[in-house]
Amino acid sequence: MLALLTAHVVAALLAVPLVRWLDRRGFLVLALVPLATAVWAALQGPAVLAGRGPEQVVRWVPSLGAELAFRTDTLSWVLTLVVGGVGTLVFVYCGSYFHARDPGTARFAAVLTAFAGAMTALVLTDDLVVLYTAWELTTVFSYLLIGYDSAKKSARRAATMALVVTTAGGLAMLVGVVVLGQAAGTYRVSELLAAFPTGTAASVAVVLVLAGAVSKSALVPLHFWLPAAMAAPTPVSAYLHAAAMVKAGVYLVARFAPAAADLPAWQAVVLTLGLATMVHGGYRSLRQHDLKLLLAHGTVSQLGFMVVLVGAGTRAAMLAGTAQLIAHALFKASLFLVVGAIDHQAGTRDLRTLSGLGRRMPVLAVVGTVSAASMAGVPIAFGFVAKEAAYEAFLHDRPWVLAVLVAGSVLTAAYSARFVWGAFARKAGVPDTAAAAPSAGLLVPPLLLAAASVALGPLAGWVDVPAAQVAELNAGLATDDDAELVHLALWHGFTVVLLLTALTLGVAAGMFALRRPVARLQARLAVDVDAARGYRRAVRAVDRVAVEVTGATQRGSLPLYLATILLVVVAVPGGALLLTRPWPADVVWADDVGQVLVGAVVVAAAVLAVRARRRLRAVVLAGVTGYGITVLFVLHGAPDLALTQALVETITLVVFVLALRRLPPYFSSRPLLAVRWVRVGIGVAVGLTTSAFALVASGARVAVPTSVDLPQWAYDYGGGANVVNVTLVDARAWDTMGEISVLLVAATGVASLVFRRRTGAVDRAGDAVLRAPVPERSPARSTRWLPAESTVAPERRSVVFEVATRLTFHAVVVLSIYLVFAGHNSPGGGFAGGLVAGLALVVRYLAGGRYEFNAAVPISAGWLLGTGLFLSAGTGLLGILLGVDVLQTAIVEQDVPLLGHVKLVTSLFFDVGVWMLVVGLVVDVIRSLGAEIDRQIEDADEPDAADHDADDLDDLDEDEEVAAARDARARHEQEVGSP
Amino acid sequence: MSPNITLVVVSGVLVAAGVSLLLERTLTRVLVGITLLSNGVNVLFLVASGPPGGAPIVGRTPIGEMSDPLPQAMVLTAIVITLGMVAFVLALSYRSWQLNGHDEVQDDVEDRRIVRRADRDQASASYDDESRDDGTTAGERTGPGRAGRSAASAGDPDAPPLADALRPDDSEAVGG
Repeated sequence: MLALLTAHVVAALLAVPLVRWLDRRGFLVLALVPLATAVWAALQGPAVLAGRGPEQVVRWVPSLGAELAFRTDTLSWVLTLVVGGVGTLVFVYCGSYFHARDPGTARFAAVLTAFAGAMTALVLTDDLVVLYTAWELTTVFSYLLIGYDSAKKSARRAATMALVVTTAGGLAMLVGVVVLGQAAGTYRVSELLAAFPTGTAASVAVVLVLAGAVSKSALVPLHFWLPAAMAAPTPVSAYLHAAAMVKAGVYLVARFAPAAADLPAWQAVVLTLGLATMVHGGYRSLRQHDLKLLLAHGTVSQLGFMVVLVGAGTRAAMLAGTAQLIAHALFKASLFLVVGAIDHQAGTRDLRTLSGLGRRMPVLAVVGTVSAASMAGVPIAFGFVAKEAAYEAFLHDRPWVLAVLVAGSVLTAAYSARFVWGAFARKAGVPDTAAAAPSAGLLVPPLLLAAASVALGPLAGWVDVPAAQVAELNAGLATDDDAELVHLALWHGFTVVLLLTALTLGVAAGMFALRRPVARLQARLAVDVDAARGYRRAVRAVDRVAVEVTGATQRGSLPLYLATILLVVVAVPGGALLLTRPWPADVVWADDVGQVLVGAVVVAAAVLAVRARRRLRAVVLAGVTGYGITVLFVLHGAPDLALTQALVETITLVVFVLALRRLPPYFSSRPLLAVRWVRVGIGVAVGLTTSAFALVASGARVAVPTSVDLPQWAYDYGGGANVVNVTLVDARAWDTMGEISVLLVAATGVASLVFRRRTGAVDRAGDAVLRAPVPERSPARSTRWLPAESTVAPERRSVVFEVATRLTFHAVVVLSIYLVFAGHNSPGGGFAGGLVAGLALVVRYLAGGRYEFNAAVPISAGWLLGTGLFLSAGTGLLGILLGVDVLQTAIVEQDVPLLGHVKLVTSLFFDVGVWMLVVGLVVDVIRSLGAEIDRQIEDADEPDAADHDADDLDDLDEDEEVAAARDARARHEQEVGSP
Repeated sequence: MSPNITLVVVSGVLVAAGVSLLLERTLTRVLVGITLLSNGVNVLFLVASGPPGGAPIVGRTPIGEMSDPLPQAMVLTAIVITLGMVAFVLALSYRSWQLNGHDEVQDDVEDRRIVRRADRDQASASYDDESRDDGTTAGERTGPGRAGRSAASAGDPDAPPLADALRPDDSEAVGG
């Protein structure tokens, strides 16, 4: 069975190239897959009927209990035959139905094949979860197939409607499935039905499962999607909306009926909705002018009929239901294919314009008439046998159901007659429709189906064997009367049932004869109730609620969002603090005088920064707080923090100045006084809250800190004396890894925001000498302190700076490398080392300009960033090779000749990666906010030069883009303007 | 454990100053606010880490006299991350200046449009109103959206009072 499903998947994947290659003839190849299903099912027939149907269980994820279980009993065998048999004929029909070289055909073929697979899985599986998955897959494929003509708004709407309605039902069903599965302790369908849970929860779950069936099988009140789904190509209607998918609901009801049909809730839902659907669909069908819609409403009616039969809970009704299921698949698929052929040949399906087709297409007319006769229940067609069985089933059981069934059947027979008349009759006053006879491909599939409809009447005994087996599933239900089963047969003698059939056909014939008065009566009785309108109102209501909720919460203002978040922080946890007031008993005012002095400076700088109106002033004041905190770190005994903070603060200042040099010196606006006070008020409130929390949290601390043993562990396991750094590269290495990844992302973001050109190439000093307006070098100066010093305008140069840079650069770089290697045992480490190297590069840039910088770092920042992260991550994996956990430090000690005893700690490489990444960050920032802004300033100063500069490919690109956009706009306007 | 009042006050003032600037619309101010805020939070870690001590380096300070190394490790990465963040927001404000001539954070145009729809009791822009048209062609509902963009960003007459209050009053004059 798994092989069959795999074949479907493979065929669906190959369908697109196949149909591209063979065009519509590819459908004939694809038809082999459903044919294989049908043949396989036919071969399994004897075993299944003997009660030894094949079973297959694939344990998929044993720890989760997930398994793919398949099981073929008589019910699923019957449906497999229907799905495979009708599927084969529909695929053959498609081979003639679609126009040659229709671009959408390939995708359609793939989806249709996939649908066939999902449907096969649905009827063969023995697992509730697989059943649900296949169920939803058929919904999705149905959505794609209905929306085949995706350029049509009506098709898209119909597809969406079908999707929304059936998925809503499917979700209800999922809840029911989970409740049942949990209550029974198994998700195996056969086991669940054998020991069906009882109680209120089970009843609710059953109703939820029925909701899925109701939506899928288009029962009232969710029936409206099925007529709308007729936007699909006709083969889809024949397959999905007559023979296969809509039968899934009927299958589900039939599957659960033997266990749940005696629940009162079940009876109420199934009988009420089923009968209402049968009558409603038939009544609506009589009012249709489109032949396809006539059939669609008829299908709705028939689905209601079948659900009543298979859900009624007696063996006789189940027998009739199985027969009707087969009969319906045969005649309804055939009728849809007939309508498709008419549409294909005549170009219309409107029965008011069709006339005289019976003469032009005699074979098709016979096929359509025979199938319609089966639908109406005319002897000797198989539909007659099934309908007799249905009447028989309710003759002694619930006569009111029988009355409604007879009424529904009268309507069915009446619209069958209307169909035949509408499709093939010659109508007075309507000119004959010009249409050629359809080709064999369009004729043979419905012909075979119609032939089966006729043949199975006399051969009803064949169907009786499996149908009786299915019926026996209902044995033992409280609703079953244990009477002897009346078997399916063409002739039972002159019985009450035969009388009822005669009555049905007689009344229907009368209705057809009086079709004009009936139509007038129907028009007068028309009530303005439309389920589809209710659906649209519901969708609109959901949309409106979404707009109101979004509009109320998403105001779009960043300050407003932040203020809301911060005020919640103040109000909720802050309010709790005020209520409980757990203030600490004793406090320390200050550790020493220095702390107070530095603290005062920091406080003053922070207050002034808020009041600053100049950008640079605010930035410098923020820098003052940063350096102040550096001192606080020193006083606290945190040399690593102080080192890092001082370096970061310096680089931050440089970066600020570089980026802000083009922005206006003053902030753009002075907000209203009142609003400023609101901001400051929120700020003070948040500051007070955090301070209070700091007091309470540290005052409440009584336990010994977890870090008390950290120094010893760092030395023993991490192999280093500097506890902070060992923590960074060992105990919290995962964390550090995450943070350097953030740095990489930030650096990349900076570059992509500032660079407008796509190239990652580095401008070399050599290029600059060619293009830049290089000042003439004075012949007296022959010493070059920096390689690219000549690219800097003379008024910006400072010889002292150049000399100092020349003298210190290499020393500082060596210092930075030293910091990395020493960081394990003294202050330093990858972060500090990287920042020092970055500072050295900043100095090179400031002294010699961007070409000097590129001479110092002749590689791209991305290379540094990537290699750094790679090194750090690679070190983590190295740990695995050395037999420890990921990112755990491994210590390798060995006596090396000449060097003596060497102690190598793997986390050193991690730190080297951090170093590279931090250097990469600084390089990226300098190159973006420094060098690239330099270039943009130069370009802005000399707009003419840029235009004539052949080297500047970037500007050329931009010009081309602008020109292309202009051309495109002109073309568009031309097209729009011309009639 | 007894908290250090000086550090608590320094941290509180830094947070207060940072938050006041964070609520501004000028990106540079927001950025200065973020640096102040992060400095304040780093000091908060000092408060939490207990009394001062010697450098946490084995061999230089006796283990009993060290300052707590664990909060220090956390602060260290935070400091470097702040550098990355500063660079990124600076690049943002530079870009904003390049595109708009200022570095103000504007209201989200899409959000404002939804707010206006909610005020007028309309359905969403993507709502497919079947009762209104029955056209058969697809997907050409771009016109009003494009035209509305510039109008909405220039200033929204329907803006609610609080959002208005937090919006700079002369942003249109600067924007260009």
